[in-house]
This record gives sequence, C-alpha cells and structure tokens, in this order.
Amino acid sequence: MDDLFLIPFLAGLPLVLVLAWLGPLLRLRDEWLATLGLAHLAGAGGLAGLAAGLPTVLGAPLAALAGAGLKFRLAPRAGQGNSLYAAMILLGWTATLLIAANTPLGDALAHALVDGQLYFAGRGELAVAWGLLVLAGVVLPWLTPRLLRASLFPQFETANRLPAWHWHLGFDLLVALAVAVGTATLGLMGTFALVFLPAWVAFRRAGNWRRGTLVSLGLGLACYVAAFVLALALDQPFGPVLVAVLGGAAILAARVPARRG
Amino acid sequence: MTERLLELVEVVAGYDRPLTAPCSLSLDRGEVLGLYGDNGAGKSTLLNSIVGSARVLAGQVIRGPERGQALGLRHLPQRPVRPAEAPLSGHDLLRCMAAQALTPPPRLADRLDRRIDALSGGEYQLLCLWTCLAGDADLVLLDEPTNNLDPAHVDLAAEEILAERQRRGTLLVSHDPAFLERVCTRVVAIRPRNVAAAV
Repeated sequence: MDDLFLIPFLAGLPLVLVLAWLGPLLRLRDEWLATLGLAHLAGAGGLAGLAAGLPTVLGAPLAALAGAGLKFRLAPRAGQGNSLYAAMILLGWTATLLIAANTPLGDALAHALVDGQLYFAGRGELAVAWGLLVLAGVVLPWLTPRLLRASLFPQFETANRLPAWHWHLGFDLLVALAVAVGTATLGLMGTFALVFLPAWVAFRRAGNWRRGTLVSLGLGLACYVAAFVLALALDQPFGPVLVAVLGGAAILAARVPARRG
Repeated sequence: MTERLLELVEVVAGYDRPLTAPCSLSLDRGEVLGLYGDNGAGKSTLLNSIVGSARVLAGQVIRGPERGQALGLRHLPQRPVRPAEAPLSGHDLLRCMAAQALTPPPRLADRLDRRIDALSGGEYQLLCLWTCLAGDADLVLLDEPTNNLDPAHVDLAAEEILAERQRRGTLLVSHDPAFLERVCTRVVAIRPRNVAAAV
C-alpha cells in the first residue's frame, strides 16, 4: 500500500479497536448516547480550534474532555444521563454550524469533520491514535471488572465505603478522548457507529463478556478494512461508507437467531 | 470469643422522612440474624441504611471499620440488577465480584456458562445469592433471598446460606417464617414505629 494511504489506514486502525472495545462497556452502562453527544462537542471543538489556529486533534479532545467533566459533574445530580447527552448533541450541532457559517473555514471544513478526514491523517494523528490504544490497553483490563461490578451491583462501592469516583471519571475521560480523536480522524458518525453497532451485535450474539468484546473488536476491525478498501475503490467519502458497512453487517447479524445460552 | 461485626443502636432509617421505628441489634461472626416484619415495617430500609443507600436519621450504625476492622460487605438487594440483554455469563458475575474461590452447588454450577439474561428468575436469584456468599465478605446482607424461588430452590438457598456460615455474619430479611426458622440463629421482629423486639 502506498504511504499516502498506509499512514491513514494505520492511524484509523487503533482508533477502531479502542472504540469497538469501549462500545460494550458504554452499552452496559446505558451510555452509548453519550458517544454521540461527545462526538458533536468534539466536532464543534475541533472546528473552533481550527478557527483559533489549533489542530483538530487538540481542539476536539479539549471540547470532549470538557463535555466529560460536565457529564461527571451533572449526571449523578440530574439522574438523567440521556437528557444531558441530548443537550450535548444539540449544543455541539449548533456550535459546529454557527462556527462554520461565521468563520473563513466555511461549510466545507464542517462537512469534513462530520464526514471524517481519515485520508488526511498524518504522522501526528498516527502517534496520537497508537498512544490512545496503548492507554486503553493498560487501563481497560483494570477498569472492566470494576465497571461490570458497578453496573450489576451498583451499591458495592457505597456499601464497602470504597472511593469509586476516580475510576468512573477516568473511564469518562478515556471515552471523551477516544471519541474526540475518533471524530477528528474517522468522522462524527463513523465514530458513533463504531461504538454503537459492533456492541449491539455483540450483545445479541456473544455468550459471555470476553467473547462479546472479541465479537465487537472483530466486527469493528473487519468493517473498517472493508470500508477503507471500498471507499478507495469506489472513490467515496470514508465516513459514510464505514457507517454503511457497519450497518449492513449489523443487519445481517440481527437476522441470525441470537445466542442466549 | 465472639467477634462483633455490626451493631445498630436505636437506628431510625429513611430517606426524606423516617420509615422505621428505632431499632437496636447486633450481629456476631458466625450468626445468621433474621429480620421479620410486616410489609412497610422498614426491613429493607434498615438494610439499605447499613449499606449507605438510605439515611440514618437517628441512632448509630457501627460497622467493622469503626472497631478497627476492615470488613468486606456484600448486599443482595430485594431486586438484583439484571440487564435485559447483555453478553454476561454466570462466570462473569462471579469473576467481577471475586467470588470464585468456593465450588458452587452442582445445580448452580451447571448454569454458570449460560448468559444471565437466559436464566430463569429463580436461577438468577440463586446465582446472585451465591455471588454474595462465595466471596470473602465478613458481613452479608440478604434482602428477601427466597424471592422467585420454588421449594427446591429454597432448599438450595438455605444450603448456600448455611454453608461456611461461621466465617461471616449474615443479616437476612424475609417474609417466610419457616425459612427464617430454618437458617437463622436468631430472629428479630421489626414492627412499624415500635422498638424492635427479640422473638
């Protein structure tokens, strides 16, 4: 593969793995809508950053991390996570379009963020993406049993007087970072689809958590490779092709009877 | 020598208002203490106040840490959380609660490979009960552990509670006097707005 395409491919690969790994955890926590909210904020932040002369891989994470902080601070009090995520979506969408309309960046750049700029990914994006995968590889095996326990036995930490806020916040920040870097590289809907669709299939098909994570990772990876090849061969924007491939795979998987035993 | 794990001193528990009468009780290691009472007497609220999800409005809950002990606590709520659809097996549940040291009863062990959303209500209740009992907790709080259980499963639940009971203290809420009689070393009756009285 030509370097022109190899670097973007290798930059997207670790992001796909991280997002598909996070997906089942977000679905179990009923926080998959958070991804779309954070992705919209990241898109707006990326665009605002560009207007201020910052690269998208910096502007997008800053906005998403601010969103994660807001979620952490407000969601427990409001008790209505989804309402907060819907507000993030609306705020991010409004900010993206208004920034695009009122800066020299124009609609074209806003569309590029929404569609994904994978083919423009360079060595900077490559380093950030692989760094994120290493971070997830270190953090998620430690976090996963705690997140499962917090979902199934939500009173465990309170009952045992164990401080849990730090790793809940750590997970929120990891999600925000992954979604922001994903949005800046793979596009807004491509990032959301990678979190949502492979996990949806895994929840229907897999017999246990480990297999569920592997199904999500495998499906995300296979669809990414297929979408990359298809988008290049058919000269189509990558983001929509990725969503279409993931959607097709999910529909096919949904037609197979779910494993329950 | 007995080791006191929990002591309630004139505890009034509730949320925005009191829901229990003042209640005093104590629990030592090796004991299975039953709480019995009518609906609305505040048995579950009392358990929740020990866990920290209900407020202690008066009195004092004294647990291990206050006595310099680092106690592990497991709580089986009246309605255990059960995701409608999730790729979680019984083994996953035991693993995330670090409850794999003991061998589960054969009837439960046969079902550990199955997804928890594929288990019957009774099977899931037994699994959650075992998850609370099979770990290294010193203090175990069980709220209506026989919910959803048929007579055969009630027998199994009693076996689970009594197995290795000496290594922990168990506080158990139930509406079933026969079950309390069978598994408890002591039973305390909780009456609404009255002081708890030993039976």
